[in-house]
Amino acid sequence: MAKHGYTYSAGKLVKHGLTRGDWPRMWSRPEARSSYDVVIIGGGLHGLATAYYLAKEHGITNVAVVDKGYLGGGGSGRNTAIVRSNYLTPEGVAFYDRSLSLYNSMAQDLNLNVMFSRRGHLTLAHTDSALRTMHWRAEVNKLQGIDSSVIDPQEVKKQAPSLDVSSDTRYPILGALHHPPGGIVRHDAVVWGYARAADHLGVHMLQETEVTDILCEGGEGPDGKGTGGRVTGVRTNRGDISTPAVVNCTAGWASLISNMAGVPLPITTHPLQAAVTEPCKVFLPTVVVSGSLHVYVSQTDRGELVFGASVDPVGTYRVNGTLEFTEELAAHVLELMPGISKMRLLRQWSGLCDMTPDYSPVMGTTQVDGYFVDVGWGTYGFKAGPVAGETMAETIATGRDADLIAPFTISRFTEGDLVGEKGAAAVGH
Amino acid sequence: MIVVNCPNCGPRNSSDLRPCGEVTTRPDPATASLSEWRTYLYLRENPAGWVTETWYCRSGCRRYFTIERNTATNEIRDTEAS
Repeated sequence: MAKHGYTYSAGKLVKHGLTRGDWPRMWSRPEARSSYDVVIIGGGLHGLATAYYLAKEHGITNVAVVDKGYLGGGGSGRNTAIVRSNYLTPEGVAFYDRSLSLYNSMAQDLNLNVMFSRRGHLTLAHTDSALRTMHWRAEVNKLQGIDSSVIDPQEVKKQAPSLDVSSDTRYPILGALHHPPGGIVRHDAVVWGYARAADHLGVHMLQETEVTDILCEGGEGPDGKGTGGRVTGVRTNRGDISTPAVVNCTAGWASLISNMAGVPLPITTHPLQAAVTEPCKVFLPTVVVSGSLHVYVSQTDRGELVFGASVDPVGTYRVNGTLEFTEELAAHVLELMPGISKMRLLRQWSGLCDMTPDYSPVMGTTQVDGYFVDVGWGTYGFKAGPVAGETMAETIATGRDADLIAPFTISRFTEGDLVGEKGAAAVGH
Repeated sequence: MIVVNCPNCGPRNSSDLRPCGEVTTRPDPATASLSEWRTYLYLRENPAGWVTETWYCRSGCRRYFTIERNTATNEIRDTEAS
């Protein structure tokens, strides 16, 4: 993979085990240059993937990824690591399926074990209308060659024996959308893999570098920002960097960064809470999602159950946990799996989600020349990371929105051409 | 927990009410251009700081009212009931 990187192998593992020598650092901490061809704001999965594909596929290596904190400290390290492609719209299905195939070959591509476990994904239906949406999704999926079908409660029980599929529960399980290619990935390893590979290709990753302004000229707004303008650089807490291309790959702060370029976004920011239990013997073989009960659960290789919920209803940048979340989570999970009532929660946390009106992202070129967005990732940013990086890199290199993301550009809001993905993305992880 | 003061029902847990988002100015539908209308429909300031927003007292008096809230701290101050 890398032109001048350190390659991991079984032989080296044995050697390091015997000699107890230090492993080389995965990436360097370079001094910032005064100018770059591309500056990517946000050192998470999306920003690092974009940098990696810019360097690997398009030969653009004079690239900086700036982050106000550390790499992978935002949504990339807070998500529940679920991947799938059984979406509702043809645009969404094609996009997320490309991501899934990139995840499939990622360990070889990045020379790092990202622990992709292709364990299958169940989206439970508890009402007639939910079951109808599952059938709808299954048909859209099949048309595009995605392995996806509706199964009955007996089959659900075979896939996940710990689920209560009896008919006398408060929310009986009427069926499920079964998606065998879905699964979970070690999310931190994905960030490390892209960071290491991008570093080897010459990309600069500037941590603890906060962008305080985007410098523009020629636009109709104040300071040359806004429609018709052109990006000339970014101002950071460590000085100005000149660049003709700025990419907004932030999640949670996307509106604040975008307002710096005079490009308002159709986004409100909400926290999403998640929790993890103490580890126990592995008993849950698939990912289980329940839209009606606002919960999704998977079991890690360490044996911890990872739970996520829907976003908190009140939009805020504050990421503290609430008791309401844990109470509701426990009630709903026990409705599905009564057998785990004695398990204890280990910790809970939350991350910021940028919600868009149609539950699809906002990607590609904008009304400001040289300002690109890869934002609005709601609750589905992790599963889209690789394809977002690949398509954003193509868009930046060619100056033209890549085919897969053409339906997701910001102009869809002024043209009234929304991509309604709520039926498959609202809680459906 | 975020406590919101309903002008009629007094302090309530935010889960008893429905947040309806930041207050925006509605253009005249008869004269607004499509782009003005869609800007009103979709684009939001979404600041990290003080914002004026509408709430709906859904399980109490069913009244809409506005408050000011700091989205970075969730501190709340009342405004005139609307």
